[in-house]
This record gives sequence, structure tokens and C-alpha cells, in this order.
Amino acid sequence: MSDTMATAPSPGGAPKVSSVNEAVIRIAGNSQDGIQAIGGFLARLAGRSEQEVMTFMTIPSTISGGPSIFQVRIGSGEVLTAGDEADVLLAFYQHSYEDHIGSLKKNGIVLYDTDHVEPKPEWQKDYHHVGIPISSLTIEAIGGTAKDKGKNIYALGLIARMFDLNVTRLEKLIAERFGGKDESIVKNALAAFHGGYSHNVSNLLETFRFSESQKREGHQVVMNGNEALGHGLIAAGIRFGAGYPITPWSDIMELLRRELPKYGGTFVQCEDEIASISMALGASYAGRLAVTGSSGPGISLKSEGISWAVMAEMPLIIVDVQRGGPSTGMPTSVEQSDLYIACFGGHGDAPRVVIAPANVEDCFYTAIEAVNIARKYNVPVLILSDQAIATRIEAFLEPNLEKVCQNISPDLSPVPDFKPYDLSTPDGIVPRVVPGTRVNSGKYPIATGLEHDEMGHPTASPKLHMQMTAKRRKKLQALAATLPVPKIYGPPEGNVLLVGWGSTRGPICEAVDRARAGGDSISSLHLRHLNPLPNGLDDIFSGFHHVFVVEMNDEGLYGQGQLATLLRGRYADARIRSISKTDGLTWKVKEILAAVKTKLSSNGEVVKAV
Amino acid sequence: MSEAIVELPERVPQSGIAAAPVAPGVERKGLTKKEIAADHPTWCPGCGDFSVLALYFKLIEKRKIWHENITTVAGIGCSSRFPYFVQAHGVHYIHGRALPFATGVSLSRPDLHVFVFGGDGDAFSIGGNHFNHTARKNVKMTYVVMDNWVYGLTKKQTSPTSPLGFKSKTDQWGAVDYPINPMKQAISAGATFVARTTSTNPNHVLAMMEAAMDHDGFGFIECLSECVEFYEGAFDAANPRKGGVFREVPKDHDVTDELSAYKLAGADFPGYFGIFYKNLKPTKNAKEAEIIKSYQGKVTGLKDWQILQKSFDRMK
Repeated sequence: MSDTMATAPSPGGAPKVSSVNEAVIRIAGNSQDGIQAIGGFLARLAGRSEQEVMTFMTIPSTISGGPSIFQVRIGSGEVLTAGDEADVLLAFYQHSYEDHIGSLKKNGIVLYDTDHVEPKPEWQKDYHHVGIPISSLTIEAIGGTAKDKGKNIYALGLIARMFDLNVTRLEKLIAERFGGKDESIVKNALAAFHGGYSHNVSNLLETFRFSESQKREGHQVVMNGNEALGHGLIAAGIRFGAGYPITPWSDIMELLRRELPKYGGTFVQCEDEIASISMALGASYAGRLAVTGSSGPGISLKSEGISWAVMAEMPLIIVDVQRGGPSTGMPTSVEQSDLYIACFGGHGDAPRVVIAPANVEDCFYTAIEAVNIARKYNVPVLILSDQAIATRIEAFLEPNLEKVCQNISPDLSPVPDFKPYDLSTPDGIVPRVVPGTRVNSGKYPIATGLEHDEMGHPTASPKLHMQMTAKRRKKLQALAATLPVPKIYGPPEGNVLLVGWGSTRGPICEAVDRARAGGDSISSLHLRHLNPLPNGLDDIFSGFHHVFVVEMNDEGLYGQGQLATLLRGRYADARIRSISKTDGLTWKVKEILAAVKTKLSSNGEVVKAV
Repeated sequence: MSEAIVELPERVPQSGIAAAPVAPGVERKGLTKKEIAADHPTWCPGCGDFSVLALYFKLIEKRKIWHENITTVAGIGCSSRFPYFVQAHGVHYIHGRALPFATGVSLSRPDLHVFVFGGDGDAFSIGGNHFNHTARKNVKMTYVVMDNWVYGLTKKQTSPTSPLGFKSKTDQWGAVDYPINPMKQAISAGATFVARTTSTNPNHVLAMMEAAMDHDGFGFIECLSECVEFYEGAFDAANPRKGGVFREVPKDHDVTDELSAYKLAGADFPGYFGIFYKNLKPTKNAKEAEIIKSYQGKVTGLKDWQILQKSFDRMK
């Protein structure tokens, strides 16, 4: 807990109250214990209290059960990551206690269920142990049933007491969450919550109070990346989608299936991944720009469709929620190893657009941006999300929905004539005319995967193949010219530049903050547009001695991760080097700094902050 | 705030989807064959597919369908070149996936009639599973499979409908795998309109196409279409001009009886021609429209952004 300011101990031996700016709470149990629910309540509460929040969770890829954690970091200031180390560990079982004590700060508090956990004497010195018979007290609080269901809510009560959280707001959240079901469920939940809240913790020496956060304009909304992306697609005007279930993409298709009918739209669960991209392309062709999506393995199945979309110049949104690969890999772990397939997957010269959102809020806006790019350039756009961003919860300023929501229904007014693959435009961009449109010349367009002439009819002309290949490329070069050069985090010149993409922005920025506070000369650059890359990155790189690309994928056969390889390929700059890892977990700030230290020490340089 | 570039679209589209407006007082004449025909077909002289194309033109002429109200979709194969030869909006998609593509068109554009043309490889080999699922979902469209029992575009390999013993470049000693029976496949997959015809009987082809088009659901036609280059004479037994027999589905056959349709499908070649099975059950198009109607009933009078606002209010 940073910036702890001890206040005077309360009279009568009650625990002293300390003011904190932020706290990291890790809840460890089994996946069926509802620990995600506690984390969800805390995140939502933070959002309503104008605080920043970020969560991190692991779930087993087993069907039911297995160890699971939920970590939530709440702060009155900016929260960039879910935190390297926890201030408080709540452990429900012996394995939770033993496996996660290492993630607790020295002198941190471990709150454990004495019904299931036997504390280790050797750990008493380093961590403040607070044992409570959570399971049996929950049963007592709810009144008599032999099951310990509800112990998560009891634990929430304990945490609420410990951090002096707003009880009225939490009660309201509990009522909202369990409302609509059997009335006794809300009653039991509230009983469990108050049981925990009023429990007198005899050896708790200290409780905490979050300092007032700076009041911001407007309300905050709290959701995970998949929810932000799904709702962003709706705001962007997407009214048709098709998909096949795969973790962690499925949440988005479930959301769209549930929500789209309200907007007059449809989402179809298909027989397979190929059918999904085909159906989405059918809808796009018909004038309703559509979305399909998947995770790793499913994206490979879609690649023939992606190449067709490039050839036929068909707009399409493809979401890839990356997970550990290759193959079935690690379905519930994070990895950024689909960058190559996103940029190049498929056959032939098939340029497409790839954008990676940097945080949960960005998932919402990236969806809108992707839709507008797809429509303008008639090209498939891949949104490269990942498991970490998909499942983590963040609070962000509510978008101005009236302003950002778009209507993208097709214009079916008759046109005098139309060439779908007109070669006369300098940038290769031709607005589409969709079926249902009368063409007064009587000459109708064909959308095709064969190389074609300007009307879409097949040709084997070498000249036309060269011209059409160039046309498909020039569109994206025109797009690249419009992309903003990303802003540098930190000074524009210095020793080290960390370059990241996708969900790693938080830990990278925090690493920069920590290193700079320690006196190191480090800045960072975050790329959202990965294909095409924005222009002008070489100018930024030239301001630094070292450029380290931080990503979650393998260093590859030649020692460079996937984005590092792309950047080296484009700029032929040997200063660009790779910091990558493949443990399936998000970057910790200290891991990034340690990796920078290792790289620099090979040059005889030091990093002060590590 | 995110750094995403969020810009509003340049032109304001029409709200909703409607058929193209026609200038008032101007009566459009039905299209002539000349207006419907586009590229000259690339098929070999004598190919059965010419007849199917000619009858598609005839259908458009006879039923006064406008260019802009139909979409012709195909996958890959000789027969799948079809859309290039039709002067109307059309799509030449990837191998085997024309049906899910056409489903996307059909579900998102109720104002269009979707015709899909393809071959036996597209329908029963690479796209076999799509055939089953499009049939069971009962998506409104007309699907004509021009079945020639051979891969023609790639020059004589075994097809999923090649009969046992057929000598091809991939089965030099004769086909060893049992062929698919398209009629049985369609009936068991849940297709709601299943018919069989042959390109050598033009009136019958047209009658089947019309009936399939008028069917509210997934209308499937297997049309025998001879490949004169790689499987000459394959369907002579079904052609009276070549000494064969064109046997129509018996008059007393009950088209709603799935079991007797299945039995008809099992008859030895040349088998029967006509409508084997027909059943009116709600289409996927209708079911999805019903879901939309019931959900939209809950948000009557709200603009799209206001509906989204309600969702966001629950996430505060």
C-alpha cells in the first residue's frame, strides 16, 4: 500500500486507521467459490467511487473446479497494472495459502480461513497472519445450512471492514447482483456480508481508508475488455456477426448474440470457424458490415476467408482474443504470439489492417475505429486483443454514447454506373455499391477471389495482376499516412525506449515511472496500429540509444520477438532488440526492469531502479 | 481517453434497408436475355451447365426479377463460374463455403433473393458440413448443385458422387469410396425442399427452379449436368434421346413424407426426377426476425445510443 500515512491509534485498543492511496488485494480459492464475484464487487465499487481499478484473474482451463485467483488493485490515482505484489492475501484453502504467499508483500496481511488453512510457523515473521473461521462463520451468519456457499460474500464483508469501504454502495451492488432471483438469495447474501463486516477481528492491528480521489468529470463505467469490445462494436453500428465458440473469444459472441436483437441485428453461431468468416463476409458483402472472431486456432481456420476479403476488397471485422499457443496451447493464459498470423496469415500478398487495443477503455474505441477503417478502405481489419485484456476489469470514463454511436446502414440509392475495382483512383480506394442497388448502366459488379478486371471479371493479364496487387497495397499505404505518430511516454530523448503493443501498456508505463523515479533515462512508446505501422517511428527511435520491444511471445529463431522482427524488418535498425517472455502471465513491472538491466549490463551499463 | 481515431462516417446512410426506389410513373419492362447475360461462359462445348444457365435466365425473364433484387453466389468449380455469366450482383467465393456466405446475405437482406450455384465437390466434399447445417437451419435461399460426378476444373479426379469403379486420375483402377447420395443427404440433413432434375430436360429444370424459388426455406435441387470432357455419357440412362428413361416422381408420392422420399432417393440410377420432399417449417430468417421483434418490443421508442446507454448504466 503506497503512501501510508499512519494516523493516531484509536482509543480503547481498536485498530489504528491508516490512509492509503491504493491497495492490491489477491483473493485465492477455487474457481467455484465465487471469488470473481468478490473482485467484481470491489471493481464496481471503485468505479462508482471515482477510483481507478484494474483486476487480474487466472482460471483453470478445467471444466469445473481447480485453483483460481482474482487480484484487484484499487487506487485513488492512476492504476496502470493489477500490481506486482499484493498488500492483502485472502486465502480460502491450504493450496491458496501456500501457492500465493509468495505474491504477498513483506509484512503484508494474509487473511486466511482457519477451517481450511494450517498456517506455517516459519512464515509468521514475514507476513501478518489473521486467521478467521470464514467457512463456519458464514454458515452461522446465513443461518443453519451446512453449506459454506456465500463465504465469498462473507469475505467481502471482512474486506469492506478492513478498508472502510462504503457499505451502502456495496449493499446496493449485492442487491443488484442477486436481485431478480429468489428473494432469500439476496437476504442470505446480505446476511453473509454483514456477518463478515461486523466480525470483530481480534488481532487485526490496522484498518485502512482510501484517500479521496480527485473528482473527475462524468461517471465511470466498469467492465472487462471483452465487454468493452462487444459494446464498442454495437456503438460502431455493427448489426451482424457470426462465430464459433472458443475461449476467450466466446464472451464477445455471447454478448452480441444477446444484445444485437435489441438493435435489429443478429449474431449467428455457426458450424465452424470457416462458416463464421464466410457468413460474416456474406453480410458485409450485402451491405451490413459484420464481425467474426476467434482465438488462435480459430484464426488459422479463417485465413482463407481473410485472403478472399483482401482480394475481393470486402470490409470485415475480425477479433482475435489471443491466448497461449500454438495449437490448443494454454487456453486461459495470455500471449501475444498471433501478431504474425494477424499481419500475414493467409496466402498470397494479402495486406490487411491490424489494430491492438491497449487497455479496456481502448477496446471500446478501437472497435469503432476498426469499423470506420474497414468501411473506408474496404479491407478486413483484425482487432488483436488478448486473454489478459479480455478478462481484466477496469473503470473508465463513460463514453458519450449519443456522440459516438453510428448508423452504418447501406445506401441503396441507384448509381449511374459502378466499377468495383476502379483503377483510376490514386490511392486505390473505391466506395462500395452493395446488392439491392440498381446500376443504371445495366453493368453489375462481381465480388471475386480470382484476379480480376475493374468490373470483377476474371483475368490472367500480368499487367492487371500487377495493378490490382498494387491497388490493394496502396490503400493501406494511404491509411498509414493518416495514422497519428504515437506519443512518447516520458521524454523524447534518452537512453532506453521501451516499445510495446496491446495489453502491455500498463506495466510498461509503470516500469518507466519506476525507473525514472530511480534516476534512469527510460521512455516508452505504445503501438496500437501494427499493420500498417504509422510512419515516423524511425525519428522517435533515433532519440534513444536502445530500443527494447517488450512483448509476450518467444524470441524466435533469430532472437527477436514478433513486433521486434517487424520493426527491424521495416527500419533495418540493429538497435531494436527484444524483451520477450512466454510464461503465459502478464508482465510484472519488476520483470521488465530486470530484463532491461540484463540487456544493458551486456553493454556495461546499469539500471539504478532495479 | 483512448487514442483511437473515432471519426463519423462521411455520408449519412438511409435508415433501414429498402428496395431500390424506382422513378414514379416509369414502368420497367422485364429484362431480356441480352440484358441478363454477361460474360460468355468458359465451359466446354456441350457441357450440361449451359442449359442450367439458360434456364436461370429464363426464370429471371419469366418471373420479372430485376438485376438488383437477386444475388448469385458460387464457390469454386466449373459450375461455380456461374455468377460471371449473369448480369446482376454476384459473388465468386472460396471453395465449398458458398452456403455460409449466402446465409450471411440472406439473413441480413430479406429484400434479396439468393441463388447459389455449385458443383458436387463444393456441396458434398469440401463444403459437406455447410450443406448439412444450412439445410438444418432452413435458411431461405435456392441452391442448385450441378452434379457431374467428377472434378472437371482440375481435370478428372474422383468426386464424392463418383460411382464405384469410376476411373479417374486419383483412382486409376476405379473409385473405391462409396459415393454420397445427394438426395438422401439433403433429406436427412433437414432440407425443407429437395428436388432432382437433369440438364437435358429444360422444362423440368425450369419447373424445379421456380418451385424452389417459391419455397419459403432452403430449396435444394440436384441437377445432373454432364461433363462431356471427363465423364461423357454419365447420365445417358436418364436421357430418353440417348435411349434412357426420364422417370418422374410417382404422382401419388406424398412430398411431406420423409420416409417415402428417402426410399425414392434410394432407387437405382437413373432414379426419379421431381420434388422428393417438401415441408414448410419456419425459416431461420423468420425465427431471427421473431427474436428481433420481441427484443425490440422492450426498447420501443429508444434510439440505438439510448439502448446502449441502458446497458452502460448497469455497468456503473
